[in-house]
Amino acid sequence: MRMHRRTLLALAVFTGLTAPSMALAADDTIKIGLLATFEGPFTVLGEDGERGAMTAIAEMNGTVAGKKIEIVKGSSDASPDSAVRAARKLVEQDGVKVLVGPLSGDEGIAVKDYAKTQPTVTFINGTSAAQDTTLRDPAENFFRFSTDGAQWMAGLGTYAFKDKGYKKVATVAEDYSFPYTQVFGFMAEFCKAGGHVPSKSWVPIGNKDFSSVIAAIPEDVDAIYVALGGADAVNFLTQYQQGGGTAPLIGGSITVDQTVLTSKGKLKDVLKGTPSAGPTADTNDAPAWKAFVEAYKKQPGAFPSPSLFAHGYYVDMKATLLGLDKVGGDVSDGGKKLREALSTLSFDTPTGKVSLDKNRNAIADIFLTEVTEGSDGNLLNKLVKVVPQVNQTLGIPEDEFMKLGAVNRDNPSCP
Amino acid sequence: MSLAIATGATTQRNWLEKLGPGHIILGTALVLYPLVASDFFLTQIGGYSLIFGMLGLSLMLLAGYGGMVSLAQITVAGIAAYAIAILGNANSNILGLGWPWWLAVIAAVFAAALASALIGWISVRTEGIYTIMITLAIATATYYFAQQNYAIFNGHSGYAGIRAPAFWGIGWRDAKPFYYLCLGLAALTYAAVLYGSRSTFGMTLQAIRDNPRRMRALGYHVTAHKVFAWLLSGVIAGLAGVLLVWFNGRVSPGTIGVDAAIDVLIIAVIGGLRHPIGPFLGALVVVLMQTFAIDIVGAERFNTLIGMVFLVIVFVSPDGILGLWGRIKPHLAQESLRPGP
Repeated sequence: MRMHRRTLLALAVFTGLTAPSMALAADDTIKIGLLATFEGPFTVLGEDGERGAMTAIAEMNGTVAGKKIEIVKGSSDASPDSAVRAARKLVEQDGVKVLVGPLSGDEGIAVKDYAKTQPTVTFINGTSAAQDTTLRDPAENFFRFSTDGAQWMAGLGTYAFKDKGYKKVATVAEDYSFPYTQVFGFMAEFCKAGGHVPSKSWVPIGNKDFSSVIAAIPEDVDAIYVALGGADAVNFLTQYQQGGGTAPLIGGSITVDQTVLTSKGKLKDVLKGTPSAGPTADTNDAPAWKAFVEAYKKQPGAFPSPSLFAHGYYVDMKATLLGLDKVGGDVSDGGKKLREALSTLSFDTPTGKVSLDKNRNAIADIFLTEVTEGSDGNLLNKLVKVVPQVNQTLGIPEDEFMKLGAVNRDNPSCP
Repeated sequence: MSLAIATGATTQRNWLEKLGPGHIILGTALVLYPLVASDFFLTQIGGYSLIFGMLGLSLMLLAGYGGMVSLAQITVAGIAAYAIAILGNANSNILGLGWPWWLAVIAAVFAAALASALIGWISVRTEGIYTIMITLAIATATYYFAQQNYAIFNGHSGYAGIRAPAFWGIGWRDAKPFYYLCLGLAALTYAAVLYGSRSTFGMTLQAIRDNPRRMRALGYHVTAHKVFAWLLSGVIAGLAGVLLVWFNGRVSPGTIGVDAAIDVLIIAVIGGLRHPIGPFLGALVVVLMQTFAIDIVGAERFNTLIGMVFLVIVFVSPDGILGLWGRIKPHLAQESLRPGP
């Protein structure tokens, strides 16, 4: 009898281990993996990314090339390990041949490395914007139709120096590859124009107490450049204001994004007038953008205006669907045709024309903005200027650009 | 001649009897598992569960036999993982000393055991919730240190491109070899803990757990026994850390964060702390839930479902899955005594 019961236990464990491994896709559907941060400090950002992707799918009525689109979601918490684990599950278990994501910088680099081990799967970026995802050692099957963090800063450094008259700026940013890329993009122009950055503070993601950072900012700076995302940005700005800080701000792309601007509290006075730059501008009055905003607002829980993440995931999902449409939804050849179609794809997004360079990184328009209060009391990014067709080397010849070195905490530097 | 065969048969039977039918069946099932499982189920579920089972086992050793609940097991594993990256072949343009893999493994496990003993030495002065607090503090401090230190830990991005070794013509990160590697090490550590718990040292440790003052009065060096238990648990956690870094091919502060530390505790509690098989059961449940919950309830609320399942398990049986089995067993035994319908 003992034996009998133990057998039962062993059998139960055994069948439990093996049973769910059957995953079949019908012929008339096409599976697309969607990887975003549905947990951790960037949850709000990930959810808006999903809204963007869903907007693109709704635009095609949920079908591509006569096949029904089936979305399989994967969740990460913004750490590279979790992103790779989620990507592995989508590719190796759910059997997706096309994967859209991830959201955050270091995740992008990790997923790119994973992409190299899965040559038959096509990876399209979400909104991850670290430079080295595509610039150095790129993967043949990783495409980025959203631009990178340095591109997003196009025009801001010059604007801060010339129009705003800031000569000395301190930076506060999170300590990983995406904010490095953003600071690089800002300083490339700002330092060239003659500005100085005497102090750079790097804080860990999910930091709660910024008092030591605030104390370390020099007294005599003209402005503070802040590249923090989500809850980190809200925490820093609140504490800076409560600490009596008065220096004007310059915003990184995700610092003055809708995910932060819509937060409750007294941030309004601090944020008003903050210049920034990024792939979107809320008051863009191009008809294509307005149509996109309307379509986006149909998604449940939408912000008053789509965030950068909704936009990025929209553009990348849209490109994916256009590519799939071109090849008739056929990825049975290991996605070779799809990748050829994607490399040569050039299309009009709500924010202008997008095409890819030889590293499969986007060339697109960038928007210089300033935070203002809208008629309904919501904070908005007012469009100041469009910088047309910014490429990954920011208009600098490639060999010269590569000489600037890989972005990190200490590069670039102009104290 | 015939005598020799006869004795051989008896010792063999004894050996089999000692092992018990449950272990034999479970062992056979686990060895044959690759015949039916896909690569994903082999590594992402099987291998990963075994690795986290080993981590849970290292905690079970401390908590179950020594009464010391540690939240720093993932930190110890992380030290081994980082050691493999730093001494071995990581390609992050920093360090990566290129030692042969076996030397790196020995050094990594040794470093982990030493670190564990050190953590133990600090925390044995405390008891109960204070041990949890001090190990949590160590885990958090290590996490933030790794996050912000660039000279050794390479900051937020950590190390990537770490390859498992290939020898005897086998690439040990391929699905089947990697699964058997995990299974082999898990079985080894499991057997060692089971054997160790019945050894003199194991008995002494359990006696110290139950009444340290009496043991001290009897002349036992309580602190030394506890620190030695930490050292042993560090060896197991270190081995798990080596497997973990080969599995992921990378290591970053996210690997050793507070979330992961709590995962290990959940695995041990869900599984049950009374028998070394508990952590492995717990790891299987946790890994299955974390992988597939998102398919059941969607991306918005899957963490709620995971939490609910854990809550139900602990609510129904405070001793975890093992306790659940302990409760059902008498009922089944009664069942066989009852007359048929």
